[in-house]
Amino acid sequence: MSTFITPVLNYAMLAPILVVLAGALIGVLIEAFAPQRSRSSSQLLLAVFTLIVALLALIRTRGTYSNKVAMNSVTFDGAGYLLQMSILIIALIAILLLADSDKFAAAPTAAPGSDEERQAQAANIRVTEIYPLTLFAIAGMLLFTVSSDLITLFVALEVLSLPLYLMAGLARRRRLASQEAALKYFLLGAFSSAFFLFGIAYLYGYSDSITFAGIAAAITGGAANDVFLLIGISFVSVGLLFKVSAVPFHSWAPDVYQGAPTAVTAFMAAATKVAAFGAMLRIFYVAFAGDVWQWRPMLTAVALVTMVFGSLVAISQRDVKRMLAYSSIAHAGFLLSGIIALNKSGLDATIFYLFAYGVATVGAFAIVSLVSDSSGEVSDLNRWAGLGKRSPWIATSFAFLLLTFAGIPLTSGFVGKFAIFSAAYESGNTAILITGVLSSAIAAFFYIRIIVLIFFKDPVEDGTSVVIPSMYTRITIVASLIITLVLGVFPAPVLDYITQTAFFLR
Amino acid sequence: MVTSSSLVYLIGLPLFGAVFLLLMGRKADKWGHLFATAMSAGSFVLGLLHFFAMTNRSEEERPITQTLFTWIEAGDFKVDAALLLDQLSICFVLLISGVGTLIHIYSISYMSHDENRRRFFAYLNLFVASMLLLVLGNSYLNLYVGWEGVGLASYLLIGFWNQKPAYATASKKAFVMNRVGDMGLTIAIMIAFATMGTVSFDGVKEAVDRVGTPTLTAMGIMLLVAAAGKSAQFPLQAWLGDAMAGPTPVSALIHAATMVTAGVYLIVRSNFVFDAAPTAQLLVVIVGAITLIFGAIIGMAKDDIKKALAASTMSQIGYMIVAAGLGPAGYAFAIMHLLTHGFFKAGMFLGAGSVMHGMNDEVNMRKYGGLRKMMPITFATFGLGYLAIIGVPPFAGFYSKDEIIATAFNSGGAQGIILGSVTLLGAVITAFYMTRVMVLTFSGKPRWDDGVHPHESPALMWLPMALLAIGSVTAGYLFTQGEALVHWLSPLFAKKGEYDELMPHSVVTVLAITAVIIGVTAALMKYQFKSVDSVVPTDVSLATRLARNDLGQDVVNEALFMRPGQALTEGIVAIDERVVDGAVRGIGAMTVGSGATLRRTQSGYVRSYAALILLGALVLLAGIWVVTQ
Repeated sequence: MSTFITPVLNYAMLAPILVVLAGALIGVLIEAFAPQRSRSSSQLLLAVFTLIVALLALIRTRGTYSNKVAMNSVTFDGAGYLLQMSILIIALIAILLLADSDKFAAAPTAAPGSDEERQAQAANIRVTEIYPLTLFAIAGMLLFTVSSDLITLFVALEVLSLPLYLMAGLARRRRLASQEAALKYFLLGAFSSAFFLFGIAYLYGYSDSITFAGIAAAITGGAANDVFLLIGISFVSVGLLFKVSAVPFHSWAPDVYQGAPTAVTAFMAAATKVAAFGAMLRIFYVAFAGDVWQWRPMLTAVALVTMVFGSLVAISQRDVKRMLAYSSIAHAGFLLSGIIALNKSGLDATIFYLFAYGVATVGAFAIVSLVSDSSGEVSDLNRWAGLGKRSPWIATSFAFLLLTFAGIPLTSGFVGKFAIFSAAYESGNTAILITGVLSSAIAAFFYIRIIVLIFFKDPVEDGTSVVIPSMYTRITIVASLIITLVLGVFPAPVLDYITQTAFFLR
Repeated sequence: MVTSSSLVYLIGLPLFGAVFLLLMGRKADKWGHLFATAMSAGSFVLGLLHFFAMTNRSEEERPITQTLFTWIEAGDFKVDAALLLDQLSICFVLLISGVGTLIHIYSISYMSHDENRRRFFAYLNLFVASMLLLVLGNSYLNLYVGWEGVGLASYLLIGFWNQKPAYATASKKAFVMNRVGDMGLTIAIMIAFATMGTVSFDGVKEAVDRVGTPTLTAMGIMLLVAAAGKSAQFPLQAWLGDAMAGPTPVSALIHAATMVTAGVYLIVRSNFVFDAAPTAQLLVVIVGAITLIFGAIIGMAKDDIKKALAASTMSQIGYMIVAAGLGPAGYAFAIMHLLTHGFFKAGMFLGAGSVMHGMNDEVNMRKYGGLRKMMPITFATFGLGYLAIIGVPPFAGFYSKDEIIATAFNSGGAQGIILGSVTLLGAVITAFYMTRVMVLTFSGKPRWDDGVHPHESPALMWLPMALLAIGSVTAGYLFTQGEALVHWLSPLFAKKGEYDELMPHSVVTVLAITAVIIGVTAALMKYQFKSVDSVVPTDVSLATRLARNDLGQDVVNEALFMRPGQALTEGIVAIDERVVDGAVRGIGAMTVGSGATLRRTQSGYVRSYAALILLGALVLLAGIWVVTQ
């Protein structure tokens, strides 16, 4: 009979994750017991409070690093610190968008078009489960970036994914599309998770270990069965590449981005990307680094196809949310270059890029949620024509964020692209560099085409207008714009800070 | 005692005035003109202090520099934003701020009915600041900033009444023709940078020995192009006549006394380049000589008083350019004529403005006549300027022109004889057309339109005229007293070479006075003793017709530059649209097309997505496997 080992947990370091989980649980209680009237505001308050406390708890851990937290399954190091920080900041900005609760289904469990739904709508019921769901997802994301064994990684993946599947189906209008998106996301997510799990099994078979350090040691030792390693890396990659929506595992993204409530899309597109790339950085930099010559060509090919495909297909989109989805696919390609670089500057650049891109994405989707007509949001690009004349401020803000995505100087996007392509160049990967710059050029084409559409086309008179943003949405947009601008004009302090802080404990 | 650290305020005061008045907007309408005048006057007073301080220093210590900041630093190449005040630039500082202040004062009254007077004064201040920067910069690049600044101010002021399309066109024409000249300056700076690695005056001066003559010739020619553009010299002279569209004080300040002389300044300042590049120097002389006669001929036929004066300006600057092209012997005289000309031509322009003021803005001299009695002060001040420009002793123009003619004759050989004759001929024609202006305006019977009641201008207008007239009378004497100006400037230039005096100075003086008498007599015969038509006579000689049309300068410009230029741009646009844009659109269409094709992979069916993922996973696996083998 084996002895039971008492798990030793470092609560101070786990505090951010625990705080968010606690907040989520309290949210569930509020949902169950608090009166309907006060739910919305108390949930928002709780969520914001939770995130701020988590952020403070995270900052308290600054400078204390360990890879022995929670029985070697979690590693807190510089990179983890920065990634968790990014996720919390982005979540804090994005969660304010949820405050516009009339965007979410009144009775999510009722079938679309049913009597039950009509009654719920007539009674003006607002459902606020979305807050605890978001907090659960955030907790999963925080854990995802610091997991240092494959089982914890898988648990974190599921903790972050399951709430997102639900959240995608919560749209108040066009509920069928929303539910279809949720179901697709769930099915495909489950499918890719299966690959992921399969890959974990092979990696265990190869290395006789589930920790990253153990796998790294096995690769360095080099005695074990290479085929197991090969299958393991491939299939674990499939799971991660699915999450970051790299081609050919991207197909869920446009449908889900379009169908999900815009506020959810904003959170999902920004925070999930940080978490998934964070985990990917760790596993490739720590566990698989010794085998780089095997996976680098494979990942390079994926990155190249992703950049080109995302940029090309974005051009022919007629829907602003789908366009942003393809743009995020293209960005996934650019971000992959940072992982492939497998050097210190690649790590720094990827973290900067993730944060900058995440913040800008939240802002862009926040603006998309404002453009609407009597029946809800208008995401048809043709109806955005002439927006600059009707709402110059909103149009200018959107144009600025598009320029960020395009990587025009004086925006954070430029700094990020520059850093990441420099890292790729440093690692000698000219194919990535050339393709990256070319697809950036293609991408600039469709971003700027939208700017032309907004500012230089005459408006169509079809009742499309911009709703006056609520205070919360306004904070989101302004915060996103300011961070984007500051990171674009004075990137040096942040870049320096990242350079000093970012590292992986092996 | 003023030190070099206050140099920046010479420019700073008027620059602040311009910025402040433009930013204040309508709020400053009530006192903006006074503020601007004070700024300009402040600059003048500071300039005077610097002048006295400079006279107290020994000759070697006179030039002072103030380095403001490092402007450009790239590798070994470094340009400071620095100001240099030496014997040459102090002359200009006093001229610009002094005459500038007088013209500010004059404009207070002249522009009093214009609702945009504040803006006008802001532009005037901007001009003064830019012009001061032009003459105070210690490098070609700093000079260039001022050079462009005066171009801008000139453009804004010529087109000040831009509600009239013709005026707006005139300002555009001036701007474009100036750009041609500016290109010359740009290339000259690039040559200096490329071959000498420096653009400061000191640096270039030292580097002259290191680079070959061809380089210096090229640089000299480019500097000449720049000078020709700014100073309305052949073949870039056509804009000056049209520039008269601006308010008359502008014509007096910018297009007579200061900005148009910037070309002369540039050549004199670059004396070390031209001294080492005889070919360029010869070209300078040729350009000056052509313009001298060209302007004088146009001046004979103009009925518009301002255009007649503009033609005269062109011709007088021709004199300066000739002198500047004669090398060390002529530089000081070029500057002397520039300064005296600054007085008398500005005075006459202000007089013309005063006449127009009394004549309901009529500019046609054939509609004047007999104004002597109605405008005695204007007549007196204008008359003194007249005596100065035609070169009657002892007025200012006599001294400076006399010296130029003498230097021309003594430049040796056939060149000396030709140049001397040309400058003498110019003197004859100058006397002729200026007498014509004088007679048509102030003498003879009134040919006024109905309802015109000429009257003398207010004191605020005639006071500046009177002060300038004093300058027109005394300046020449003061400058030549003990060769004061020549000695003052001589440390800046190479030593004069020895040359044979082809003609004694006294002979030249007699010749010059004779030339004046011939010109005046001819004009009196034609205009004083015969009645003048108020309608322009049409049965005139071909020569007169040509002169009226500015010797066909616009026709030439159109045929040589405008039409080919238009054809070229149209051709380039066509190429751009068909070839460049075509290629871009083609690539764009191809990209869009491939995007649309790829888009079909997005079927919307979850089963096909899953199949794609499976396929992707297998490809990954296969890929890694292939790499591993």
